[in-house]
Amino acid sequence: MATDSKEGGQELVFHPMDQFIVKPLFGDGPVGLFTVTNVTFWMVLTVLAIVALLVLGTSSRATIPGRAQSIAELAYGFIRKMVADVAGKDALPYFPYIMTLFMFIVFSNFLGLLPGAFTTTSHIAVTAVLAMLVFVAVTVIGFVKHGTGFLGLFWVGAAPLPLRPILAVIEVISYFVRPVSHSIRLAGNMMAGHAVIKVFAAFAPLVLISTGIGLVVTPLSILAITAIYALEILVAFIQAYVFTILTCVYLKDALHPAH
Amino acid sequence: MASETTDAANAAASACVDAGGGAIGMPQLCADWMGNQIFWLVVTLVVIFFILSRVALPRIAAILAERQGSITNDLAAAEDLKVKAQDAEDAYNKALADARAKANEIIAAAKLDIKADYDAASAKADAQIAEKTAESEKAIAAIRAGAMESVEAVARDTAGELVVAMGAKADAAAIDKAVAARLKG
Repeated sequence: MATDSKEGGQELVFHPMDQFIVKPLFGDGPVGLFTVTNVTFWMVLTVLAIVALLVLGTSSRATIPGRAQSIAELAYGFIRKMVADVAGKDALPYFPYIMTLFMFIVFSNFLGLLPGAFTTTSHIAVTAVLAMLVFVAVTVIGFVKHGTGFLGLFWVGAAPLPLRPILAVIEVISYFVRPVSHSIRLAGNMMAGHAVIKVFAAFAPLVLISTGIGLVVTPLSILAITAIYALEILVAFIQAYVFTILTCVYLKDALHPAH
Repeated sequence: MASETTDAANAAASACVDAGGGAIGMPQLCADWMGNQIFWLVVTLVVIFFILSRVALPRIAAILAERQGSITNDLAAAEDLKVKAQDAEDAYNKALADARAKANEIIAAAKLDIKADYDAASAKADAQIAEKTAESEKAIAAIRAGAMESVEAVARDTAGELVVAMGAKADAAAIDKAVAARLKG
Protein backbone atom coordinates (compact mmCIF):
# COMPACT_ATOMS: atom_id res chain seq x y z
CA MET A 1 0.00 0.00 0.00
CA ALA A 2 2.74 2.41 0.93
CA THR A 3 4.49 1.69 -2.33
CA ASP A 4 1.19 2.12 -4.18
CA SER A 5 0.86 5.58 -2.76
CA LYS A 6 4.31 6.64 -3.81
CA GLU A 7 3.75 5.35 -7.30
CA GLY A 8 0.22 6.86 -7.42
CA GLY A 9 1.15 8.77 -10.51
CA GLN A 10 2.54 5.70 -12.19
CA GLU A 11 -0.04 2.95 -12.00
CA LEU A 12 -3.66 2.32 -11.07
CA VAL A 13 -4.43 1.05 -7.57
CA PHE A 14 -7.21 -1.49 -7.17
CA HIS A 15 -8.38 -2.20 -3.65
CA PRO A 16 -12.14 -2.49 -3.99
CA MET A 17 -12.49 -4.64 -0.87
CA ASP A 18 -10.44 -2.49 1.49
CA GLN A 19 -13.50 -0.42 2.32
CA PHE A 20 -14.97 -3.45 4.11
CA ILE A 21 -12.04 -3.93 6.49
CA VAL A 22 -13.00 -3.81 10.15
CA LYS A 23 -10.46 -1.91 12.23
CA PRO A 24 -10.26 -0.43 15.72
CA LEU A 25 -11.42 3.15 15.91
CA PHE A 26 -8.88 4.16 18.52
CA GLY A 27 -5.27 3.02 18.36
CA ASP A 28 -4.31 -0.27 16.82
CA GLY A 29 -4.17 -3.86 17.77
CA PRO A 30 -6.45 -6.80 17.17
CA VAL A 31 -10.20 -6.57 16.86
CA GLY A 32 -11.64 -8.19 19.95
CA LEU A 33 -15.29 -8.85 20.77
CA PHE A 34 -15.83 -5.52 22.53
CA THR A 35 -13.30 -3.38 20.64
CA VAL A 36 -14.72 -0.07 19.50
CA THR A 37 -14.29 -0.34 15.74
CA ASN A 38 -15.46 1.45 12.64
CA VAL A 39 -18.44 -0.91 12.83
CA THR A 40 -19.30 0.64 16.19
CA PHE A 41 -18.84 4.13 14.81
CA TRP A 42 -21.19 3.67 11.87
CA MET A 43 -23.77 1.79 13.92
CA VAL A 44 -23.76 4.64 16.45
CA LEU A 45 -24.26 7.05 13.56
CA THR A 46 -27.18 4.92 12.42
CA VAL A 47 -28.73 5.15 15.86
CA LEU A 48 -28.16 8.90 15.94
CA ALA A 49 -29.72 9.32 12.52
CA ILE A 50 -32.75 7.30 13.58
CA VAL A 51 -33.04 9.37 16.76
CA ALA A 52 -32.71 12.57 14.72
CA LEU A 53 -35.49 11.54 12.36
CA LEU A 54 -37.95 9.71 14.56
CA VAL A 55 -37.40 11.42 17.92
CA LEU A 56 -36.07 14.93 17.27
CA GLY A 57 -38.03 15.20 14.02
CA THR A 58 -41.29 14.58 15.84
CA SER A 59 -40.46 16.58 18.97
CA SER A 60 -42.78 19.43 18.04
CA ARG A 61 -45.71 16.97 17.75
CA ALA A 62 -47.19 19.34 15.21
CA THR A 63 -50.63 18.65 13.85
CA ILE A 64 -49.40 20.10 10.57
CA PRO A 65 -46.05 18.31 10.25
CA GLY A 66 -42.75 19.83 9.17
CA ARG A 67 -40.37 18.06 6.80
CA ALA A 68 -38.68 15.75 9.30
CA GLN A 69 -41.95 14.89 10.97
CA SER A 70 -43.54 14.16 7.59
CA ILE A 71 -40.78 11.71 6.75
CA ALA A 72 -41.01 10.11 10.20
CA GLU A 73 -44.76 9.72 9.82
CA LEU A 74 -44.31 8.43 6.29
CA ALA A 75 -41.84 5.77 7.49
CA TYR A 76 -44.16 4.82 10.33
CA GLY A 77 -47.19 4.58 8.08
CA PHE A 78 -45.26 2.78 5.36
CA ILE A 79 -43.98 -0.04 7.59
CA ARG A 80 -47.15 -0.27 9.65
CA LYS A 81 -49.26 -0.61 6.52
CA MET A 82 -46.82 -3.17 5.13
CA VAL A 83 -47.08 -5.27 8.29
CA ALA A 84 -50.87 -5.02 8.33
CA ASP A 85 -51.28 -5.73 4.61
CA VAL A 86 -48.72 -8.49 4.21
CA ALA A 87 -48.71 -10.25 7.58
CA GLY A 88 -52.23 -9.37 8.70
CA LYS A 89 -53.72 -7.22 11.44
CA ASP A 90 -52.74 -9.75 14.11
CA ALA A 91 -49.08 -9.12 13.23
CA LEU A 92 -49.27 -5.51 14.42
CA PRO A 93 -47.87 -6.35 17.90
CA TYR A 94 -44.63 -7.23 16.08
CA PHE A 95 -44.57 -3.90 14.27
CA PRO A 96 -41.93 -2.29 16.57
CA TYR A 97 -39.51 -5.18 15.86
CA ILE A 98 -40.01 -4.94 12.13
CA MET A 99 -39.73 -1.16 12.27
CA THR A 100 -36.43 -1.60 14.15
CA LEU A 101 -35.09 -3.87 11.41
CA PHE A 102 -36.24 -1.55 8.64
CA MET A 103 -34.90 1.63 10.20
CA PHE A 104 -31.54 0.00 10.97
CA ILE A 105 -31.12 -1.40 7.47
CA VAL A 106 -32.32 1.65 5.58
CA PHE A 107 -30.13 4.03 7.58
CA SER A 108 -27.11 1.74 7.44
CA ASN A 109 -27.54 1.46 3.69
CA PHE A 110 -27.87 5.20 3.17
CA LEU A 111 -25.07 6.13 5.58
CA GLY A 112 -22.90 3.57 3.81
CA LEU A 113 -23.32 5.58 0.63
CA LEU A 114 -21.49 8.57 2.10
CA PRO A 115 -18.04 8.73 0.51
CA GLY A 116 -15.52 7.03 2.78
CA ALA A 117 -18.22 5.38 4.85
CA PHE A 118 -18.17 1.87 6.20
CA THR A 119 -21.32 -0.05 5.23
CA THR A 120 -22.31 -2.28 8.13
CA THR A 121 -25.02 -4.01 6.11
CA SER A 122 -22.47 -5.11 3.51
CA HIS A 123 -21.17 -7.65 6.02
CA ILE A 124 -22.65 -11.10 6.01
CA ALA A 125 -22.08 -11.34 9.78
CA VAL A 126 -24.48 -8.44 10.28
CA THR A 127 -27.15 -9.48 7.80
CA ALA A 128 -26.95 -13.11 8.90
CA VAL A 129 -27.73 -12.08 12.46
CA LEU A 130 -30.64 -9.97 11.21
CA ALA A 131 -31.94 -12.84 9.11
CA MET A 132 -31.43 -15.41 11.89
CA LEU A 133 -33.32 -13.16 14.31
CA VAL A 134 -36.24 -13.19 11.90
CA PHE A 135 -35.94 -16.91 11.20
CA VAL A 136 -35.78 -17.92 14.86
CA ALA A 137 -38.50 -15.48 15.88
CA VAL A 138 -40.82 -16.64 13.11
CA THR A 139 -40.24 -20.30 13.91
CA VAL A 140 -40.81 -19.76 17.63
CA ILE A 141 -43.94 -17.67 17.00
CA GLY A 142 -45.24 -20.35 14.63
CA PHE A 143 -44.86 -23.15 17.16
CA VAL A 144 -46.12 -21.07 20.09
CA LYS A 145 -49.23 -19.97 18.23
CA HIS A 146 -50.11 -23.22 16.48
CA GLY A 147 -48.11 -25.97 18.22
CA THR A 148 -47.47 -28.83 15.82
CA GLY A 149 -50.09 -27.33 13.54
CA PHE A 150 -47.30 -25.04 12.34
CA LEU A 151 -45.86 -28.07 10.53
CA GLY A 152 -48.90 -27.82 8.25
CA LEU A 153 -46.92 -25.11 6.53
CA PHE A 154 -44.83 -27.90 4.98
CA TRP A 155 -47.76 -30.16 4.14
CA VAL A 156 -49.34 -28.82 0.97
CA GLY A 157 -52.97 -29.84 1.34
CA ALA A 158 -53.90 -28.64 -2.12
CA ALA A 159 -51.49 -31.02 -3.87
CA PRO A 160 -52.33 -34.64 -4.82
CA LEU A 161 -51.54 -37.03 -1.97
CA PRO A 162 -48.58 -38.84 -3.58
CA LEU A 163 -46.88 -35.52 -4.26
CA ARG A 164 -47.22 -34.23 -0.73
CA PRO A 165 -44.20 -35.94 0.86
CA ILE A 166 -41.98 -34.74 -1.97
CA LEU A 167 -43.38 -31.23 -1.67
CA ALA A 168 -42.90 -31.40 2.09
CA VAL A 169 -39.20 -32.09 1.59
CA ILE A 170 -38.94 -29.18 -0.82
CA GLU A 171 -40.87 -26.93 1.55
CA VAL A 172 -38.62 -27.84 4.46
CA ILE A 173 -35.50 -27.17 2.42
CA SER A 174 -36.87 -23.84 1.19
CA TYR A 175 -37.80 -22.94 4.75
CA PHE A 176 -34.24 -23.47 5.95
CA VAL A 177 -32.79 -21.69 2.94
CA ARG A 178 -34.81 -18.58 3.79
CA PRO A 179 -32.34 -17.03 6.27
CA VAL A 180 -29.48 -17.72 3.86
CA SER A 181 -31.10 -15.96 0.90
CA HIS A 182 -32.53 -13.33 3.22
CA SER A 183 -29.09 -12.33 4.51
CA ILE A 184 -26.98 -12.86 1.39
CA ARG A 185 -29.41 -10.83 -0.73
CA LEU A 186 -28.86 -7.75 1.43
CA ALA A 187 -25.14 -8.12 2.06
CA GLY A 188 -24.45 -9.12 -1.54
CA ASN A 189 -26.29 -6.14 -2.98
CA MET A 190 -24.55 -3.72 -0.67
CA MET A 191 -21.10 -5.21 -1.17
CA ALA A 192 -21.38 -5.51 -4.94
CA GLY A 193 -22.50 -1.94 -5.48
CA HIS A 194 -19.81 -0.48 -3.28
CA ALA A 195 -17.11 -2.65 -4.82
CA VAL A 196 -18.17 -1.68 -8.33
CA ILE A 197 -18.04 2.00 -7.42
CA LYS A 198 -14.57 1.46 -6.01
CA VAL A 199 -13.39 -0.29 -9.18
CA PHE A 200 -14.62 2.56 -11.34
CA ALA A 201 -13.02 5.00 -8.90
CA ALA A 202 -9.71 3.20 -9.40
CA PHE A 203 -9.96 3.75 -13.16
CA ALA A 204 -10.77 7.45 -12.76
CA PRO A 205 -7.16 8.74 -12.34
CA LEU A 206 -6.00 7.02 -15.55
CA VAL A 207 -5.71 10.38 -17.31
CA LEU A 208 -2.83 11.28 -14.94
CA ILE A 209 -0.91 8.18 -16.00
CA SER A 210 -1.70 7.74 -19.64
CA THR A 211 -3.16 10.91 -21.12
CA GLY A 212 -4.25 9.37 -24.40
CA ILE A 213 -6.51 6.57 -23.28
CA GLY A 214 -7.16 8.37 -20.00
CA LEU A 215 -9.07 11.14 -21.78
CA VAL A 216 -11.64 8.52 -22.74
CA VAL A 217 -11.57 6.29 -19.68
CA THR A 218 -11.54 8.96 -16.95
CA PRO A 219 -14.78 10.74 -17.94
CA LEU A 220 -16.40 7.38 -18.61
CA SER A 221 -15.51 6.03 -15.19
CA ILE A 222 -16.66 9.21 -13.45
CA LEU A 223 -19.92 8.95 -15.36
CA ALA A 224 -20.15 5.30 -14.37
CA ILE A 225 -19.54 6.14 -10.71
CA THR A 226 -22.35 8.68 -10.87
CA ALA A 227 -24.71 6.22 -12.53
CA ILE A 228 -23.87 3.36 -10.17
CA TYR A 229 -24.20 5.71 -7.23
CA ALA A 230 -27.70 6.67 -8.35
CA LEU A 231 -28.51 3.00 -8.74
CA GLU A 232 -27.08 2.31 -5.28
CA ILE A 233 -29.35 4.94 -3.74
CA LEU A 234 -32.25 3.04 -5.24
CA VAL A 235 -30.81 -0.30 -4.12
CA ALA A 236 -30.20 1.01 -0.60
CA PHE A 237 -33.91 1.63 -0.17
CA ILE A 238 -35.14 -1.34 -2.15
CA GLN A 239 -33.02 -3.83 -0.22
CA ALA A 240 -34.26 -2.47 3.08
CA TYR A 241 -37.79 -2.70 1.71
CA VAL A 242 -37.25 -6.24 0.42
CA PHE A 243 -35.74 -7.40 3.69
CA THR A 244 -38.67 -5.94 5.61
CA ILE A 245 -41.41 -7.23 3.34
CA LEU A 246 -39.87 -10.72 3.37
CA THR A 247 -39.85 -10.54 7.15
CA CYS A 248 -43.56 -9.75 6.97
CA VAL A 249 -44.14 -12.64 4.57
CA TYR A 250 -42.34 -15.06 6.90
CA LEU A 251 -44.27 -13.68 9.83
CA LYS A 252 -47.50 -14.28 7.94
CA ASP A 253 -46.48 -17.93 7.50
CA ALA A 254 -45.99 -18.18 11.24
CA LEU A 255 -49.32 -16.58 12.07
CA HIS A 256 -51.34 -18.26 9.32
CA PRO A 257 -49.47 -21.48 8.40
CA ALA A 258 -52.31 -22.92 6.32
CA HIS A 259 -51.71 -22.56 2.61
CA MET B 1 -5.85 5.83 0.50
CA ALA B 2 -3.34 7.67 2.65
CA SER B 3 -5.23 7.11 5.88
CA GLU B 4 -5.63 3.50 5.02
CA THR B 5 -1.94 3.33 4.48
CA THR B 6 -1.16 4.60 7.98
CA ASP B 7 -3.70 2.24 9.44
CA ALA B 8 -2.28 -0.59 7.47
CA ALA B 9 0.38 -1.57 9.96
CA ASN B 10 -2.19 -1.49 12.76
CA ALA B 11 -4.47 -3.98 11.18
CA ALA B 12 -1.63 -6.13 10.06
CA ALA B 13 -2.03 -8.18 13.18
CA SER B 14 -5.22 -9.62 11.74
CA ALA B 15 -5.07 -12.64 9.51
CA CYS B 16 -7.44 -11.00 7.07
CA VAL B 17 -5.22 -8.05 6.15
CA ASP B 18 -1.96 -8.29 4.25
CA ALA B 19 1.24 -6.51 5.19
CA GLY B 20 0.24 -3.50 3.09
CA GLY B 21 -3.10 -3.09 4.86
CA GLY B 22 -5.09 -4.41 1.93
CA ALA B 23 -7.83 -6.93 2.36
CA ILE B 24 -7.06 -10.57 1.80
CA GLY B 25 -10.03 -12.04 -0.02
CA MET B 26 -13.41 -10.85 1.22
CA PRO B 27 -13.32 -9.02 4.55
CA GLN B 28 -16.92 -10.19 4.94
CA LEU B 29 -15.67 -13.74 5.47
CA CYS B 30 -13.02 -12.85 8.05
CA ALA B 31 -13.98 -14.83 11.14
CA ASP B 32 -11.81 -12.65 13.37
CA TRP B 33 -14.13 -9.70 12.92
CA MET B 34 -17.51 -11.37 13.07
CA GLY B 35 -17.81 -11.51 16.83
CA ASN B 36 -17.17 -7.79 17.10
CA GLN B 37 -19.75 -6.98 14.43
CA ILE B 38 -22.37 -9.24 15.95
CA PHE B 39 -21.80 -7.78 19.40
CA TRP B 40 -22.18 -4.20 18.23
CA LEU B 41 -25.10 -5.11 15.98
CA VAL B 42 -26.99 -6.62 18.89
CA VAL B 43 -26.24 -3.56 21.04
CA THR B 44 -27.39 -1.28 18.22
CA LEU B 45 -30.59 -3.21 17.58
CA VAL B 46 -31.49 -3.26 21.28
CA VAL B 47 -30.88 0.48 21.52
CA ILE B 48 -32.91 1.21 18.39
CA PHE B 49 -35.69 -1.08 19.58
CA PHE B 50 -35.98 0.67 22.92
CA ILE B 51 -35.84 4.13 21.38
CA LEU B 52 -38.54 3.17 18.90
CA SER B 53 -40.85 1.25 21.21
CA ARG B 54 -40.51 3.62 24.18
CA VAL B 55 -40.32 7.04 22.52
CA ALA B 56 -40.63 7.32 18.77
CA LEU B 57 -43.46 4.96 17.84
CA PRO B 58 -45.87 5.90 20.65
CA ARG B 59 -45.21 9.55 19.90
CA ILE B 60 -45.87 9.18 16.17
CA ALA B 61 -48.95 7.07 16.90
CA ALA B 62 -50.19 9.81 19.25
CA ILE B 63 -49.53 12.51 16.66
CA LEU B 64 -51.40 10.56 13.98
CA ALA B 65 -54.29 9.78 16.34
CA GLU B 66 -54.46 13.41 17.40
CA ARG B 67 -54.51 14.53 13.79
CA GLN B 68 -57.20 12.00 12.96
CA GLY B 69 -59.15 13.28 15.95
CA SER B 70 -58.85 16.91 14.97
CA ILE B 71 -59.81 16.09 11.39
CA THR B 72 -62.90 14.27 12.66
CA ASN B 73 -63.69 17.17 15.00
CA ASP B 74 -63.22 19.70 12.27
CA LEU B 75 -65.48 17.75 9.94
CA ALA B 76 -68.12 17.54 12.67
CA ALA B 77 -67.75 21.27 13.34
CA ALA B 78 -68.06 21.97 9.62
CA GLU B 79 -71.22 19.85 9.50
CA ASP B 80 -72.51 21.79 12.49
CA LEU B 81 -71.76 25.13 10.89
CA LYS B 82 -73.41 23.96 7.69
CA VAL B 83 -76.58 23.14 9.61
CA LYS B 84 -76.37 26.52 11.34
CA ALA B 85 -75.95 28.28 8.03
CA GLN B 86 -78.96 26.37 6.71
CA ASP B 87 -80.95 27.47 9.75
CA ALA B 88 -79.83 31.04 9.32
CA GLU B 89 -80.83 30.95 5.67
CA ASP B 90 -84.22 29.54 6.58
CA ALA B 91 -84.69 32.22 9.24
CA TYR B 92 -83.68 34.87 6.73
CA ASN B 93 -86.14 33.57 4.16
CA LYS B 94 -88.87 33.44 6.76
CA ALA B 95 -88.12 37.00 7.89
CA LEU B 96 -88.14 38.09 4.28
CA ALA B 97 -91.53 36.45 3.69
CA ASP B 98 -92.89 37.97 6.91
CA ALA B 99 -91.64 41.40 5.95
CA ARG B 100 -93.19 41.03 2.54
CA ALA B 101 -96.53 40.02 4.02
CA LYS B 102 -96.39 42.90 6.47
CA ALA B 103 -95.55 45.33 3.70
CA ASN B 104 -98.53 44.05 1.73
CA GLU B 105 -100.72 44.57 4.78
CA ILE B 106 -99.41 48.09 5.23
CA ILE B 107 -99.98 48.82 1.56
CA ALA B 108 -103.53 47.54 1.77
CA ALA B 109 -104.22 49.57 4.91
CA ALA B 110 -102.72 52.67 3.31
CA LYS B 111 -104.86 52.12 0.26
CA LEU B 112 -107.98 51.90 2.44
CA ASP B 113 -107.00 55.09 4.29
CA ILE B 114 -106.32 56.92 1.11
CA LYS B 115 -109.62 55.74 -0.36
CA ALA B 116 -111.51 56.90 2.72
CA ASP B 117 -109.80 60.26 2.64
CA TYR B 118 -110.50 60.54 -1.04
CA ASP B 119 -114.12 59.60 -0.61
CA ALA B 120 -114.56 62.13 2.17
CA ALA B 121 -112.85 64.86 0.20
CA SER B 122 -114.83 63.94 -2.86
CA ALA B 123 -118.15 64.08 -0.97
CA LYS B 124 -117.22 67.41 0.53
CA ALA B 125 -116.32 68.80 -2.84
CA ASP B 126 -119.56 67.49 -4.29
CA ALA B 127 -121.54 69.20 -1.52
CA GLN B 128 -119.68 72.45 -2.09
CA ILE B 129 -120.27 72.19 -5.80
CA ALA B 130 -123.98 71.55 -5.23
CA GLU B 131 -124.16 74.53 -2.86
CA LYS B 132 -122.39 76.75 -5.33
CA THR B 133 -124.71 75.54 -8.10
CA ALA B 134 -127.79 76.30 -6.02
CA GLU B 135 -126.45 79.75 -5.20
CA SER B 136 -125.69 80.41 -8.81
CA GLU B 137 -129.12 79.22 -9.87
CA LYS B 138 -130.67 81.52 -7.31
CA ALA B 139 -128.59 84.41 -8.58
CA ILE B 140 -129.49 83.57 -12.16
CA ALA B 141 -133.19 83.38 -11.18
CA ALA B 142 -132.92 86.76 -9.44
CA ILE B 143 -131.15 88.23 -12.43
CA ARG B 144 -133.77 86.73 -14.72
CA ALA B 145 -136.61 88.09 -12.57
CA GLY B 146 -134.89 91.50 -12.54
CA ALA B 147 -134.57 91.36 -16.30
CA MET B 148 -138.25 90.48 -16.72
CA GLU B 149 -139.25 93.43 -14.60
CA SER B 150 -137.00 95.71 -16.54
CA VAL B 151 -138.36 94.36 -19.80
CA GLU B 152 -141.91 94.97 -18.54
CA ALA B 153 -141.09 98.54 -17.48
CA VAL B 154 -139.25 99.28 -20.70
CA ALA B 155 -142.06 97.72 -22.73
CA ARG B 156 -144.64 99.73 -20.81
CA ASP B 157 -142.68 102.96 -21.21
CA THR B 158 -142.01 102.26 -24.83
CA ALA B 159 -145.66 101.34 -25.45
CA GLY B 160 -146.81 104.57 -23.67
CA GLU B 161 -144.39 106.64 -25.68
CA LEU B 162 -145.44 104.89 -28.89
CA VAL B 163 -149.11 105.53 -28.14
CA VAL B 164 -148.33 109.20 -27.38
CA ALA B 165 -146.21 109.46 -30.49
CA MET B 166 -149.05 108.06 -32.59
CA GLY B 167 -151.21 110.86 -31.15
CA ALA B 168 -153.39 108.98 -28.81
CA LYS B 169 -153.80 109.35 -25.15
CA ALA B 170 -151.86 106.89 -23.13
CA ASP B 171 -154.06 104.92 -20.89
CA ALA B 172 -151.74 103.49 -18.30
CA ALA B 173 -154.05 100.71 -17.28
CA ALA B 174 -154.64 99.54 -20.89
CA ILE B 175 -151.00 99.67 -21.64
CA ASP B 176 -150.17 97.62 -18.55
CA LYS B 177 -152.75 95.06 -19.53
CA ALA B 178 -151.56 94.90 -23.10
CA VAL B 179 -147.90 94.59 -22.08
CA ALA B 180 -148.72 91.91 -19.50
CA ALA B 181 -150.76 90.02 -22.11
CA ARG B 182 -147.97 90.37 -24.60
CA LEU B 183 -145.33 89.22 -22.17
CA LYS B 184 -147.39 86.25 -21.16
CA GLY B 185 -147.95 85.29 -24.75
